[in-house]
Order: sequence, then C-alpha cells, then structure tokens
Amino acid sequence: MPTTTLRIWRGQDGAGGFRDYPTEVSEGMVVLDAVHQVQAQQANDLAVRWNCKAGKCGSCSAEVNGMPKLMCMTRMSDLPADKPVTIEPMRAFPHLKDLVTDVSWNYRVKKQIKPFSPRPPDAPDGTWRMDQGDIDRVQEFRKCIECFLCQDVCHVLREHHKHDEFIGPRFLVYAAALEMHPLDTENRTAELKRAHGIGFCNITKCCTNVCPENITITDNAIIPLKERVVDELYDPVVKLVRLFRGKRET
Amino acid sequence: MEHQAFDHDVLVIGAGGAGLRAAIEAAAAGVKVGMVCKSLLGKAHTVMAEGGVAAAMANVDDRDNWRVHFSDTMRGGQYLNNWRMAELHAKEAPARVKELEAWGALFDRTPDGRILQRNFGGHKYPRLAHVGDRTGLEMIRTLQDHGIHQGIDVHMECTILTLLKDGERIAGAFGYDRERGRFRLFRAKAIVLATGGIGRAYKITSNSWEYTGDGHSLAYHAGADLQDMEFVQFHPTGMVWPPSVRGILVTEGVRGEGGVLRNKEGRRFMFDDIPENYRSQTADNEEEGWRYTQGDRNARRPPELLTRDHVARCIMQEVREGRGSPHGGVYLDISWIKEKLPNAAEHIKKKLPSMYHQFMQLAGIDITTTPMEVGPTTHYVMGGVRVDPDSQMSTVPGLFAAGECAAGLHGANRLGGNSLSDLLVFGKRAGEHAAAFARSHSVGKVDAGQVDEAARRAVAPFERDGSGHESPYQVQHELQDMMQDLVGIVRNEKDMLLAREGLERLKTRAAQVGADGNREYNPGWHTALELENLLTVSEAITRSALTRKESRGGHFREDFPEKDPESAKFNIVVRKGPGGEMQVVREGLRDMPDELKAVIKEMG
Repeated sequence: MPTTTLRIWRGQDGAGGFRDYPTEVSEGMVVLDAVHQVQAQQANDLAVRWNCKAGKCGSCSAEVNGMPKLMCMTRMSDLPADKPVTIEPMRAFPHLKDLVTDVSWNYRVKKQIKPFSPRPPDAPDGTWRMDQGDIDRVQEFRKCIECFLCQDVCHVLREHHKHDEFIGPRFLVYAAALEMHPLDTENRTAELKRAHGIGFCNITKCCTNVCPENITITDNAIIPLKERVVDELYDPVVKLVRLFRGKRET
Repeated sequence: MEHQAFDHDVLVIGAGGAGLRAAIEAAAAGVKVGMVCKSLLGKAHTVMAEGGVAAAMANVDDRDNWRVHFSDTMRGGQYLNNWRMAELHAKEAPARVKELEAWGALFDRTPDGRILQRNFGGHKYPRLAHVGDRTGLEMIRTLQDHGIHQGIDVHMECTILTLLKDGERIAGAFGYDRERGRFRLFRAKAIVLATGGIGRAYKITSNSWEYTGDGHSLAYHAGADLQDMEFVQFHPTGMVWPPSVRGILVTEGVRGEGGVLRNKEGRRFMFDDIPENYRSQTADNEEEGWRYTQGDRNARRPPELLTRDHVARCIMQEVREGRGSPHGGVYLDISWIKEKLPNAAEHIKKKLPSMYHQFMQLAGIDITTTPMEVGPTTHYVMGGVRVDPDSQMSTVPGLFAAGECAAGLHGANRLGGNSLSDLLVFGKRAGEHAAAFARSHSVGKVDAGQVDEAARRAVAPFERDGSGHESPYQVQHELQDMMQDLVGIVRNEKDMLLAREGLERLKTRAAQVGADGNREYNPGWHTALELENLLTVSEAITRSALTRKESRGGHFREDFPEKDPESAKFNIVVRKGPGGEMQVVREGLRDMPDELKAVIKEMG
C-alpha cells in the first residue's frame, strides 16, 4: 500500500506546530480516515471532531493543504501524493487542541437572530398551504450543515476579527432562510444592517466557493438581503410612504 | 474529586431528535431543563435520516389513517411490539409533524400545497413526509432552532459516565466535558435518556462514533430493564466500496423512487422470495412495481420495498451464493428509470440529491448512469430501555427514555420512517412526563461516595499511561470485528457462545487499557471510557439472541430458521442481578385489547 505523510497541526490553545505522521493510504480513503488511522496507531490523544463521516453533519471542518474542507469528503487520491498533506484547524475561531477549535461563538450568534414567527394557519386543521416553487429557494439555504467553513474563510472574521459586529455568511444564510420563508412574518432588516453588520460583506464570494453543500451564499442569500436593507432603510420614497402611513421605522 | 455542579429539574441526556423534543416539551411545562449533548448541538445522528418521517396524514392517499399505520407497524415488528406504543405513535405522529411546520420546517409539497408524502418499505400507502433525501437535517435543525429560544441549558460536548440514585429513584448524573476534561455533576429530579443506538458495537455500521449504547448501559447499570436487545436492524443498503466508506447509508428512498436490486446476473432477485404475510400486498411483476413507485393507487409495492430485515437477508443470500457484485454486495440501480422518464437524470438529482452527491464524491460514481454497489450495514437497534408506553418511564422511578434507546414501538423490526416519528411522539411524551415527575417530587440526595468512585474510575486509564498499556482502539476494534462475525445478520448458537466467552476476555482487557496525554479533548481517553458501554450492550445482544431460539424480524438464526409460535408470546428482558451478573428473563406480552385486534384483522 502506498504511504503518504500527514503533516498535522498539534498543540493546545494556539501553541504548537506541525508534526509529520507517515501512514498507509488505501483505495478510496478520505482525509478523515487517514487522520483516524494515525489516531488509532500513532497518537491516541490526537483531537479531531467528527460525527457522520458522510458530509451531512458538518463536524470535521479543517484546512487541508490550506483549503477549508470537510475532512470526510476530501479524498486522499485528489491530493498530490508526492508532498505531505497538511491538516490544520480552522483559523477563524479560538484554538482548543490539535484540529479542534472553539466554535461556540456561532451558537451565540444564532440565538441573537429573531426566531421564526409564522402567519396564522391557512386551514382550519392548523396547517398551511405552500407552493413548492416558493419554498425551493429557502430549501437551498436549509441544506446548510453548519460546518462553519464559510465563516472560516470570510476575511471579515478571519483577518479582521469582526466577530462582535458581523454575523458572517452562515448566519446571513440563516437570516435569508427566515426572511424568505413563505410563512414568516418577522422583519429582520434593521438588525441585519446594525447588529448583524451585513454591510461588512463586500461580496468576494469566498464563502460560496468553499460551501460543501454548494449553497450560492453570496448571490442567493447575501445580495438579496443587502437589497432588502437598501430598499427598506435607504429608499427615500419608501421612507416618505412610511412617514405618511405612520409606520415606525423597524 | 473536583467537579462543577449543575441543578436542573429535568436533565435530558442526548440532543438528537428525541432529546431535543423532550427538552422542548419539558421547558414548555415550566420546569428548569438541562440538555447534555455528546457532540456539538445539531450534529446528532438524526441529521443522517434521509427518507422521511412516517405519519398517516393522508395527504397523498386518502385511504391512509392511524389504523393502517398501526397495523403496518405491528406487522413489520412481527407482533412483538408494545401495542400501546404502536397505537399512540400512529395516532399522534400527524400532529407532531404538523407542529414542526409551525416551528419552521419546510417539507416538500403536494400540488395543492400540503405536505408531500412518499412510499417506503412496509408502509401500505405513501406516508413519509420528507425534504428530498435530507429529512433528518430539516428535523433536527427545526428542533434546534426552536429549542434554543426555550430557555434550555445546553451542555455541549459533554459525556455522562454514570447515573446517580437516591435509594430506588434517580437523583442525578455524573460526567465530564470533553473540551477541558473537567468533571460535571448534574443534580436532577428526573432524567430523560435519548442517547440513540449501539451501531458502534459492529464493524460495518451507518452510525457515527457516538453510538456506543450509552443510554442502554447507563440505564442497565442503574437497575433499569432492557428489552428486545436481540433485535438489531441491519439496513439492507449501505455503501460497500471503496473500503473506507463501507457502511455509509444509502437511503431506502432510492427504492421508493423506483430503484431496483439486481445480482451480478442482472436478475431482480427480490421477486424470488416474498414472505407469505406480505404476498397479497406485493407486486408480482416489474411493471406493477414501477407503477406503485409512481403513485398508482391500484398497484402493489415492488418486493424491494419489503421490510428491511427481509431485504437484508435476501442480499446476504445472493452474496453468499456467489451472485454478488465484485466487492461483496449487490447492485442497486436507479439509473434504469431513464427507460421510463424523459428527464431521468434531473429527476434523480432532484429527488435524491445527497445520494447523488455522496456517490459522486466518495466513490466517483454517477448514480444517474451507473448502478450502486450496496450491502447490509448495522443501522438501528429495536431493543432498548423498557418503558411504560404512555409516560416513557423506565422501571427506575424518575428515569425516562425516548427514541432509539427505548424499546417497544418497533418490536422485532422497525419500518423505515418510523424512527423519526418515534422520536417526535415519544420525545414529547417523555419530556411531558419527566416534567410532571419533577414537579411532584423533591430533589433526591446525591451520594458523594458514588460520585468519588465514578471520578476515580474515570481517571484510572491515565494511571496506566506509557508504553506498557494496551490501546483502547485495539480493544474496540476487536470487539467490533467479533460482534460483526459472531452476532451479526446470520447467527447460530456455536458462534454466539464463542462471542459470550470473547466478551469476558475483552472485559478483562478493557479494564487494563490506558490513556496518553492530558484530559483535554482526548479521544483516546474517551474511547477507553466508553468501552464499558459497548461491552454491556454487546453482552445484552448476545445473551438475548442466544435465548431467542427462532428467527423473527432482525434476529435470524440459521440453527432455528423458522418462526416459533411459542416465541411469539414473550419479549426478552435483561437486567443486572444482585451479584452484578446479567440476568435474562422472558416477559409475556400483554394482551391486546379487542378493538386493536379488530384493526389488525380488518387490515389483513
């Protein structure tokens, strides 16, 4: 069986460095398999987060040869065999140990977004009627597996550390799914502009490029939300109408 | 030993569908709720459920109702199910699914805008509400996004090591947080176990690392009964190639959408063996089977959609008799539907997006043009904690269980789609009754000695660090190999006696494994700690399977290949004896009320 070197970042709370582990590569192996093999044979305490190993749970996010990837969906055979494969933790979040980072910020951010609030049911039995065409676009956003690779690659978070001012692509997708939900009655536009910092996104589309679920984050979620913000909060005509109708600016 | 302490009225252990639903219900009852997740929130195995959630809403076929669902579930479970649970499940599932919609779930729609339902194995009518083939993700995300606003304290990446009791009743739980390796003491008036399954006791499994029978084992060691542990579901279609993806699930939805099983000779072998009790419901020709998958109300289901236990055994038989595919499976072909549909490739990608994605990325196979190679994979355990059907309380006062780690609903074999509905219906019930229990009981007293003993046992692997000790992974792998080979899909007494002896040897070795490094996020240490759970459930499966001398549902014995009418009269229960030994007893089934008997008779 061919042997490859895994160059895995080892360490704790940000301190550490790469360590090389030669390991055998069998047919069809993904990076996560190779990491597990090293863990079982050479480094029992190697920390790595994973669950489904089928690209559905979004736990095993890391940077493989410098690219944000799900380790379970990255085949060893797709990486150059003549060079070591580097595997590092995501860099946009505080480091815990080896390949594991503290992603709790994401959970706190989600809680700050106004939850779903449906209109009254359409039918006496308490159910709603929705057209498949109307939910298709929201279903795209709901494919998100919360791997946070889009957050990892977003320069607003990764380089500029605006975690307190910007919710990041994942939660703009989440907000878009709520805003475009056919039943939702809530309005999140004002928060998107202020607390959620949508203006920080300058649509470089890095998030879209790394999304393992192929969600068109920038074009389908973020840009329409930006348009909403502009339409509702900057449009002078709308402002006048709002004033005239006496509706408070949200 | 040093630990942090937390106080809750209700502690829910597990944060998949059942745990989240229980926590939401308990919180709605106004009590203080804590929820422990072994991983991050939203990553539990519910996320993997693909096909759909079964509920007799009759949106697609108006002949469906709870009575049909009830009798389908009982037939699928070979009548060893707890009939009261099957009744409650069939009656309450529609309301539980509709409630998800009120919390934001977006299921696929019928042309008139209602929730669309699809065909699945063992369900007489199209009954599974779904979202393409990612229904589980939709469900867990809906529950998660609703749950985080209900005032539930969530303890992520935390593992419970033992349950604490005050006399007979439950008083709390003791565990550790993975991030920092610190001990945590949870005092609680009531506890809901919702820890899922035991798939990691086997080598080939669709389950992730988490499914080590924690809830089963915690309950057993706390004195609760386990039931039906001989019934393990081997899902007929897991991936078989390449080796590293072996066991990953291929949804039954592929067959629901018209996918067919063939052996290497190209024969649809499922037509060759149709069980007597399903004959009248099953198509006898390929054309009728196809019409069924396309919604023809007068067609009968193709034999590929027979129950999972049966399909898995038929596949095994093809492989054993030399008619399998090159890598030890058979072919599952959805690409053939291009003969029937003009835009077949697009249709497949729309209906089965994650399957398309999974095979393309992991096996380099385009399922719209090429058949998949599939074979059985350990998927689900029908057995679990024995509970009261209405309240979900175990035989230990204050200890509840819901979802996969509870027994009863599925009997000898679970129908696809019935687990997502199970965890909603009984997750809610467990949460409701745990909250009621907490309201009517004071806090139990936690025994400091029990806590110290648990902490001492937990750190013991570090005292055996260095090169002298055995790796926990080694013991785990040997256990998985042994259970796969000796207590797998096809069982016999000789093999299982070997397994019983092997388990004793592995127990001794498990007590000697060591852990390197420190306590912070240490998977080696974690693996050492959960060996006890794996060994406990493996022993329960093996002893129960030895006791059931017949073949029924998920339990197949080549030395007793037929159903035995006498064995239809009892469930097998295991419990911890006074000397710590595992006792196995037969518990007679409760008599079914006449009205339910009449329903089963009416449905044929």
